[in-house]
Amino acid sequence: MEPHEFPQIEQQLAPVFERHGREAHWLLQILREAQEIFHFIPSAAITCIAAHLGVPRTRVEGVAGFYSFLSLKPVGEYRVLFSDNVTDQMQGNPELMRYFCHKLWLEPGKVSEDNLLSVDSTSCTGMCDQGPAALVNGWPLTNLDHERLDLIAELIRGRKPVCDWPPMLFEVKDNIRRSGTLLGEPFASGAAIRATLARSSAATLLEMEASGLRGRGGAGFSVARKWSMCRVSPGEKHYIVCNADEGEPGTFKDRVLLNSYADLVCEGMTVGARIIGATKGFLYLRGEYCYLLHKLEQALAQRRVAGLLGRNILGETGFDFDIEIHLGAGAYICGEESALIESLEGKRGRPRNRPPFPVTHGYLDQPTVVDNVETLACAARIAAQGGEWFAAMGTAQSSGSKILSIAGDCARPGIYEYPFGVTLHEILDDCGAEDPYAVQVSGPSGILVSSKEFGRCISFEDLPTAGAFTVFKRGRDLLQIVQNFVHFFAHESCGFCTPCRVGTQLQKKIVDKIANGHGTAYDLEELKQLGHIMQTMSHCGLGHTAPNPVLDMLKKFPDAYQHKLKDLAFEPAFDLDGALETARNITGRDDAWAHLP
Amino acid sequence: MGAPAMSKTITIDGKNVPFSDGQTIMDAALAAGVYIPHLCHNPQFEPHGSCKLCVVSVNGRNMTSCTMPAAEDMVVANNTPELNSDRKALVQMLFVEGNHICPACEASGNCQLQAAAYYLDMLSPHYTHFYQPRAVDASHPEIFLDLNRCILCELCVRASREVDGKNVFGISGRGIGTRLVVNAASGRLGDTNFAATDKAAHVCPTGAILIKRQGYRIPIGQRTFDHKNISEVQMEPDHE
Repeated sequence: MEPHEFPQIEQQLAPVFERHGREAHWLLQILREAQEIFHFIPSAAITCIAAHLGVPRTRVEGVAGFYSFLSLKPVGEYRVLFSDNVTDQMQGNPELMRYFCHKLWLEPGKVSEDNLLSVDSTSCTGMCDQGPAALVNGWPLTNLDHERLDLIAELIRGRKPVCDWPPMLFEVKDNIRRSGTLLGEPFASGAAIRATLARSSAATLLEMEASGLRGRGGAGFSVARKWSMCRVSPGEKHYIVCNADEGEPGTFKDRVLLNSYADLVCEGMTVGARIIGATKGFLYLRGEYCYLLHKLEQALAQRRVAGLLGRNILGETGFDFDIEIHLGAGAYICGEESALIESLEGKRGRPRNRPPFPVTHGYLDQPTVVDNVETLACAARIAAQGGEWFAAMGTAQSSGSKILSIAGDCARPGIYEYPFGVTLHEILDDCGAEDPYAVQVSGPSGILVSSKEFGRCISFEDLPTAGAFTVFKRGRDLLQIVQNFVHFFAHESCGFCTPCRVGTQLQKKIVDKIANGHGTAYDLEELKQLGHIMQTMSHCGLGHTAPNPVLDMLKKFPDAYQHKLKDLAFEPAFDLDGALETARNITGRDDAWAHLP
Repeated sequence: MGAPAMSKTITIDGKNVPFSDGQTIMDAALAAGVYIPHLCHNPQFEPHGSCKLCVVSVNGRNMTSCTMPAAEDMVVANNTPELNSDRKALVQMLFVEGNHICPACEASGNCQLQAAAYYLDMLSPHYTHFYQPRAVDASHPEIFLDLNRCILCELCVRASREVDGKNVFGISGRGIGTRLVVNAASGRLGDTNFAATDKAAHVCPTGAILIKRQGYRIPIGQRTFDHKNISEVQMEPDHE
């Protein structure tokens, strides 16, 4: 039998269909499982799934082609994806990937002759404090080095199932270095729900308002306002969604919250459900964190047993609510709330046209609240302890605390909780940053801060953040760092609108040109102009923020790129030496004579 | 149009434009004879909002006019040098992303991408060409599908779904790899139930979908945009 023929495909997919039924909004979950069975999505599977769900074939092919972890071409039985976040890069991942490929006689992006293995890179896997990291068949590998890769190579050659690999390879630590009220204080399961039931939903909403809680995913929208709008929106059903698609490179605080504070997060969802009148909630878990799925399912099961989920919660007649977990499949854009809803509905993660907003027309066109993991944890605390208590922390516009995921050039990377208003100086001291030169606050879509600005503080008034805090010491090649970020955006653009789909590619090409030593003053002007178009014409936040790292570098770090520029007003984009690369690959040469002078 | 209840107005470039509830800025503009450049929009189908040519400035904030509902007191800037310059850049992006060879294209003179480029005074593609390899599908007996010219406006997707009820087309891939796909396991248009009489066969704003054996029936120089500006043609009802 040919390896890519599947005469038994219907029988193979039958148990998957059994689990998920015939609803088209299960499509992404079905495709995830199909990928596991076949190591790609064969054309025959697309036909079979389309027939089963009663949707056009194009719909299934569209979704299968959108998500990074689904593949329309075969990948290896073992698929190793090295995280290409900037911190993984600084910790040596590019060299480790070359080492691993060389050892196994493989080229990145290709499948081995025996279909056993394929190696590639992937966007940040959220292990920045314990990198270099990778994924093997979806499972996170941390603290990689040559020794571990040797072992992994042996395990793969011996065809040992990933579930039987030594657990130490998959060890993921919380690394909580500084706790505040959110992470540090004890929480009794059910306390927030009891308090909500005791004081009424309307009164709890007032507590939310008094708390001043704003969304922790970056945008900072008032939680009380979002919940009130959804509460009064007419609809057959209301939904609450926990956005655990923590895709912003350098962010890993939600991973820790889900690992060790899942109860708090679920409680926040349940309180929210009570207030907006939802009977169903979803936790949208990013594909990179699928290793947490089992643990989260257990947490949900325990809460059902304890009467904190399910029918008549805590004995309150008619208070029915339950949570279902949906897995993502490698798409940064699904962190955008309307793209996340599309993905929940089993579609391509394309941000919707707004208005209407999710609070009136969200999941299945019904009123829906989408909140970040940390926001929901805060909401549970507020429901239990009151709004005033929360508002007493932080600054005027930014109440409460913020969890930061700190990584990069520092002695103690990990999770730090601070009241809002903390300065970068203080944070850098605490994490043991060595001679810090720049900090990327809130990931590539955030702000690149120079050492002159370390007096600024983390808050919605000054430096808003979704949690990423990546430190760069003096001597780091900032241009290379920005290059990493623009490659990320080009890879993650959903492709819907012209300015982002094409603009992120053009931006990548120009930054590459400068990094390769062919840039001129003209290219800098081009980058500014492109940045303006992406910021003002794009469909969603991805396109609006994709030029941020470039524009910040141009403004604040001239030393990072000026020495790379040619002393010319213009240099064509066509790279003569670069054009010889194919010939060098064919001949296996890379010596001086194989290059133009 | 012209319903008596249209007492509400917005202004576009200083001109009062009436609208009724549910109309987008684009709807109101087209009805009032105000031209806003666009490629992915066609009033016969559900608005899409992907090409972004129709972005206008509303009270100082950029918004996509084909999807944004009109609302009382909106002050819209449309035909400004700044917006037209950004629109030109978007058209240039579309030109370098695909492989658009106007002198050798059967759609030349009937092509809205080309006409938009003329309208916006585009004199060169400006950006570096991507030269992406894209396929030509000639498998259908009556229709060519040339993806080199596809600008991902999804008009054919919408027409096939909304009017023909066939779902012949869809979108797969992501980012710069986003591509039009057809509803057949072979990936070939000839293996779908697409017909030359389908609405979807006649909505492509460029030359990505062409009816066979029609080539150069209308000589260059006598085609739609050889006589008229795109701003006139797109204002006509039921233009294709």
